[in-house]
Amino acid sequence: MNVDTVARAAQTPDEPMPHVELGMKDDEYQRVKEILGRRPTSSELAIYSVMWSEHCSYKSSKVHLRQFGTKAPKSDALLVGMGENAGVVDIGDGWAATFKIESHNHPSYVEPHQGAATGVGGIVRDIMSMGARPVAVMDSLRFGAIDAPDTRRVLPGVVEGISSYGNCLGLPNIGGEVAFDDCYIGNPLVNALCVGLLRKDQIKLATAPGPGNKVVLFGALTGPDGIGGASVLASATFEEESHAKRPSVQVGDPFMEKLLIECCLELFAADVVVGIQDLGAAGVSCATTELAAKGTGGMDVRLDLVPLRDPTLRPEEILMSESQERMMAVVTPEDIPAFMAICEKWDIPATVIGEVTDTGRLVMTWHGETIVDIPPGTAADEGPVYERPYHEPAGQAALNSDDPAALDRPSGPEELRATLLKVLGSPNIASKEWVTGQYDRYVRGNTVLAQPADAGVLRVGEAMPGATETNRGIALATDGNGRYARLDPYAGAQLALSESYRNVAVTGARPLAVTNCLNFGSPEDPEVMWQFAEAVRGLADACKALGVPVTGGNVSFYNQTGTVAINPTPVVGVLGVLDDVRRRVPSGFTGEGHRVILLGETADEFGGSAWAQVAHGHLGGLPPQVRLDAERALAGVLAEASARGLLTGSHDVSDGGLAVALAEACLARGVGCAVTLPGEDPFVDMFSESTARALVTVSAETYDAFAALCATSEVACTTLGTTTGDAMLTIDGLAPIPVEELRETYEATLPAIFG
Amino acid sequence: MSAARVGVVTFPGTLDDQDAARAVRHAGGEAVPLWHADTDLKGVDAVFLPGGFSYGDYLRCGAISRFAPLMGELIPAAKAGLPVLGTCNGFQILCEAHLLPGALLRNAGLHYVCRDQRLRIESTDTPWTADYAPGQEVVIPIKHGEGRYVADAETLARLEAEGQVVVRYLGSNPNGSLNDIAGIRNEAGNVVGLMPHPEHAIEELTGGPGTDGLGFFTSILKRLVNA
Amino acid sequence: MARVIVDVMLKPEILDPQGQAIARALPRLGFSGVSGVRQGKRFEVELDGPADEAALADVRKMAETLLANTVIEDYTVRVEG
Repeated sequence: MNVDTVARAAQTPDEPMPHVELGMKDDEYQRVKEILGRRPTSSELAIYSVMWSEHCSYKSSKVHLRQFGTKAPKSDALLVGMGENAGVVDIGDGWAATFKIESHNHPSYVEPHQGAATGVGGIVRDIMSMGARPVAVMDSLRFGAIDAPDTRRVLPGVVEGISSYGNCLGLPNIGGEVAFDDCYIGNPLVNALCVGLLRKDQIKLATAPGPGNKVVLFGALTGPDGIGGASVLASATFEEESHAKRPSVQVGDPFMEKLLIECCLELFAADVVVGIQDLGAAGVSCATTELAAKGTGGMDVRLDLVPLRDPTLRPEEILMSESQERMMAVVTPEDIPAFMAICEKWDIPATVIGEVTDTGRLVMTWHGETIVDIPPGTAADEGPVYERPYHEPAGQAALNSDDPAALDRPSGPEELRATLLKVLGSPNIASKEWVTGQYDRYVRGNTVLAQPADAGVLRVGEAMPGATETNRGIALATDGNGRYARLDPYAGAQLALSESYRNVAVTGARPLAVTNCLNFGSPEDPEVMWQFAEAVRGLADACKALGVPVTGGNVSFYNQTGTVAINPTPVVGVLGVLDDVRRRVPSGFTGEGHRVILLGETADEFGGSAWAQVAHGHLGGLPPQVRLDAERALAGVLAEASARGLLTGSHDVSDGGLAVALAEACLARGVGCAVTLPGEDPFVDMFSESTARALVTVSAETYDAFAALCATSEVACTTLGTTTGDAMLTIDGLAPIPVEELRETYEATLPAIFG
Repeated sequence: MSAARVGVVTFPGTLDDQDAARAVRHAGGEAVPLWHADTDLKGVDAVFLPGGFSYGDYLRCGAISRFAPLMGELIPAAKAGLPVLGTCNGFQILCEAHLLPGALLRNAGLHYVCRDQRLRIESTDTPWTADYAPGQEVVIPIKHGEGRYVADAETLARLEAEGQVVVRYLGSNPNGSLNDIAGIRNEAGNVVGLMPHPEHAIEELTGGPGTDGLGFFTSILKRLVNA
Repeated sequence: MARVIVDVMLKPEILDPQGQAIARALPRLGFSGVSGVRQGKRFEVELDGPADEAALADVRKMAETLLANTVIEDYTVRVEG
């Protein structure tokens, strides 16, 4: 095999290199030459091209993302912030939680099953590399119109991929979202979240300190998987070329990943790991440069020692391979035998491929010849940074002035009742049981709440055998609304945070921290870049106002079909903590004779609403007003009421408004209710999507205490009626709707399409 | 008096071992971890084969685990009367090991199904179900992709005639199992396999609704203490 | 009446976790000398008529669109007999 060596590169300075084919711009290539003082070898070019890709370097988003740091609220809970594999938050009693959400959009379009499966695998390894035990996953999914032919291909494949991989790993899937919109045809969004638990003093970081320490590659063998995948699949639109690029599909092996989880936890427990990094996009290139850059500064690697599944792989291919289920660890020479013994117990191949140095250089050899010799920080941290131009989209003003107030509204009890059923059965609101019923939500035995509850809730206590007993719990939710964000990306990002924050709060948890997955079109389009800049600014401002820092996340650009970008879709995950998980508030109506209360205030707000979409196919005007102070007050009331045991049930009021919230609360356990709408306009009462609202139930005995709490906190508390034993949703003035009729409407939509 | 000791086996890819051990402790017993590669049953009084995807369910569910060194000890012990319960993947392994008749195939609906399932306890004549009333209806989670029980007509007739059907699905059959079979026992009654997961229904706070699964664990512990 | 066999295998460069797990299990059962295992699927397609070129073209189309996922799998079509 002929390889391009450093010596050869020095002798052939003018040899043309395929940097353009690898997605690198001329000036970027020029910078590599300046850094090295010569042309790069083909292996070095492989490293720089993947590390400087949009996907790995965040070159278009970096200047905006900085706001998450500069505007971050002071938080005692934050143990590890942005820039690591995942953020870590103190949840009390010596415990910490780490969580992150990441996109796998483009691979999930090309091969839905494997694309989604490897998305789960990747985010789980991020969590493992913090030293944590992964304890749950959730997925935020968006597809084209429910009845579009391609949705019938993509959705079942994605669900099966998540189901087969996540279930086999033994991680409960406790929530997430499924949404449909024409804008995601040809570009589904598959955002996977994982949360892990660890002891505060067990945090691991991606760093390679200590010259003489060994670099160990362990896990699956390296094969020709996804070569060029990260940089090509995730960084360039592929509409016409997807067939040509098909061979770069990565296949996941969840069994190997399960063994890798148990193996890593045993390695951490034995304290034989100095630093650790998972191999995701950009594989060995990313792991070696990042570990070296954050450690003592140098590393020697013998690339020919990397164990291969396909012996014909070239060094450049090894560097770019995205083979799944691999990790890299830095281990002291004394601990190598113990490290290897644990890997052997779990049947995990492990190979020492190099050593940490203090030379400030990452040097790689191939059968004795030097093929890479670079300062690792230049690849890992000093990639290009772009200040991309942006401006408001041409049609934005017209879109915002297309006020939904002009739309025909239902009038009279018959039409209101029919509208309720129509909205309830619409694809975005209808039951997602067809999807979530394929996920194991019980494994590990700590699931307290899972879908269709507003947020997933887990018991912390038994995550690791032998750890101190605790009654703490964590709550997690993800939300996003591309329609709101299309109307106003600044507000849209804040609304996604508001809803996710509220979904955590209705369980009784205190929201603590944020992760985000920012799904947008091409950053090279100034109109898309404006949406991105606005969304980041909005999210950073709202995080500050709500006192919840961003701990990490992911940006996914180039989500478009042809030149048509998706609706800007910031997806926000919020993590909260319950001091006593036994006090969590169950979702929906839990029994007869409870008072049904609406918290918060309702205005006439229909821009981007579910009703406007379902009844008129309309998207225009402005999204509902963001009310961050009110969200914070509401969350405070819910947390205190839950801690004092004042609530018997709760549910977030959001898409589809109060009408949908009431229906879903009835559906949770088949408990009915009889309510009177408080306002003057029943249509607004039922379907407005005003924010900072929740539906709760309290018993007659605790009502006074709860009302007093709301009064002190200045949260509007309106009694609507009571829960009933007749399994009917009775809204004063409308013909009662049997819960069975609600159920048939709610549960029929997805099975009618997907079988 | 020391607590009865129930072994909980971990194969590579076993997932519900932590849950099974917790359930044993909840019922007042001692859970003893058993490792697939060992050949020592550690003197346990009963063995629980938990669910999961041992060896990734590759080839056939349970087909590779069935040859684990530990199984070399467990199979003769079970034939000699050691109480053994296999749930989900554990049931699949017991069938592959021919400790129970029949096999478990891909769900008729072709999808993995996770739901709270209504069941009827058909046989209380086993060390694992004695605490239930005959015909008792319970709700216990199921979660599997390959739970469709099949056996030839003769075997099926024998299972029914001899009262070897231990648990049956009520309401809609989740996987196309013959005769709605959710669980069976061997002729002697000491070996029981079922698709539902009683270990996920032992506490009000977590898992499926209620604590209907606890009976499997209290049954075996009473039997062992009284033995 | 004819029977056409369609064999579907993962493409050689695509990871086959099932085959690997089986290959790792074989030595434990005392089978030595096996350097690799790959697992595939076999379909037996019964035709109403003869397996002529037109029918085989149809079966190939079947394999291409349904039986194999050509993103990750190859297939071969042959007439049994």
